[in-house]
Amino acid sequence: MASGAQAGAPEAKPEERIRLVTAAYEHPWAIRFTHWLNAAAVFVLAASGLRIFRAFPSFGAKIPEHDLVNIPKALTLGGWLGGALQWHFTFMWLFAGSGVLYLAYQLLSGHYKTVLFVARDVKGVWPMARHYFLFGPKPGVTEPYNPLQKLAYTATVLCGVASFLTGLVLYKPVQFSWLAWPMGGFHWARIWHFAAMCGFLAFIPGHLIMVVLHGWSNFASMLTGWKRDPEYLSRRSTP
Amino acid sequence: MASIEDKKLRRLSRRELLKLAPVVAVGAFAVTRWQDGLVGRGVRLSDWASGLLFRRHHPAKTFSDADVVPFEKFPYNGYDDLDPGVDLDDWTLTVAGNVRHPGEYTLAQIQALPKVRQNTRHVCVEGWDVIGSFGGARISDFLSLAGADTSSRFLTVECADDYYESLDMATALHSQSLLCYEMYNKPLDRGHGAPLRLSLPTKLGYKSAKYLTKLTVANVLGAQRGYWEDQGYSWHAGL
Repeated sequence: MASGAQAGAPEAKPEERIRLVTAAYEHPWAIRFTHWLNAAAVFVLAASGLRIFRAFPSFGAKIPEHDLVNIPKALTLGGWLGGALQWHFTFMWLFAGSGVLYLAYQLLSGHYKTVLFVARDVKGVWPMARHYFLFGPKPGVTEPYNPLQKLAYTATVLCGVASFLTGLVLYKPVQFSWLAWPMGGFHWARIWHFAAMCGFLAFIPGHLIMVVLHGWSNFASMLTGWKRDPEYLSRRSTP
Repeated sequence: MASIEDKKLRRLSRRELLKLAPVVAVGAFAVTRWQDGLVGRGVRLSDWASGLLFRRHHPAKTFSDADVVPFEKFPYNGYDDLDPGVDLDDWTLTVAGNVRHPGEYTLAQIQALPKVRQNTRHVCVEGWDVIGSFGGARISDFLSLAGADTSSRFLTVECADDYYESLDMATALHSQSLLCYEMYNKPLDRGHGAPLRLSLPTKLGYKSAKYLTKLTVANVLGAQRGYWEDQGYSWHAGL
């Protein structure tokens, strides 16, 4: 664990010494709670969704059927189409429920300002990407989330919203026919639904790599909310 | 702002971690012998919501003749036998349950009812969809002919093969729900369910049973809710 600034009377015994550390409460309960529910839901929805896709692995006509990919069964959940649909129809509630709670919290608390990618973040994307991918110099860190992180998180939330809306059209195309129209019609909803999942799946490996690289304190903050020694609170901006 | 006593931070962190305990409940889905029960509940919740979302007077989209796929491209997609050997000359439809006039009905009696011809989308649970041309009598007109008590909850059907289905009454009474005896302006061929099938543009395809032999108006569903439903598909299956 990272060591913190120590303060305390020099004559005190080590165990009685009051140890002060630098820490910040980064992730409120609602964010942590919905993060882990969503992690479970996305895992189940992607795996069962791939099993559903296996039943007709094409975006074209049934006759003649041109299969695009053969998704390995090992990557899927549910065993057969009916089983996969049961998982999908169960976890869609968890996904939608935690998504609504997450967005409501972000908007009502104003917490979204720390993570939403906005116009002024655009100029910071390239320096950060150069640092991560091309070993360029590390830009100074002054905020909890750097511009590249904001971009990734914001894009992922948009993928979540797209999954939900396209899923609604696939599930109830007659009742939500008005919603199918901006997607290009019912047929396109299935394509967008698949694309949104690809967006999620593209985010996850990068996300996990960054979690590993940033160590325990950073990971623990998504469990306890508290992060020890956050970089943006240190006076010197690490080069 | 950011300095905190180490012991206090540990105590706060523990408390915050415990607040995530509800997330652990999702782990119940990992217990193999609980899975069927849990996802079964998820499907029942979804079916309940599907019933609420269904609007009896909201039509499914209809299409022009130019949008209809050629007859050869409308899949037969039988689950088993495409010709259960129905004797078309001696065929009658048995009507039972909460009706004033139970008994046998001929195809001529059904064809004497106002004929509806509609181009609608047939959506398969597998993920493909196809726009076809359907002709027949409204189920609601036939139920009037038979003197059915339409305050009953369900309409169940039996077929010449061992297929069977059941519908909520709201869907049965929908003006696009047909006792279908024609496709593409020709009498049903054997593969598509001759002489009579259901055509339900507000339901997934597996609800549109073929080779009908019996209709029952009922308030209770027995153990047999539908051929696929009894293996795990959603019962409501409303679009």
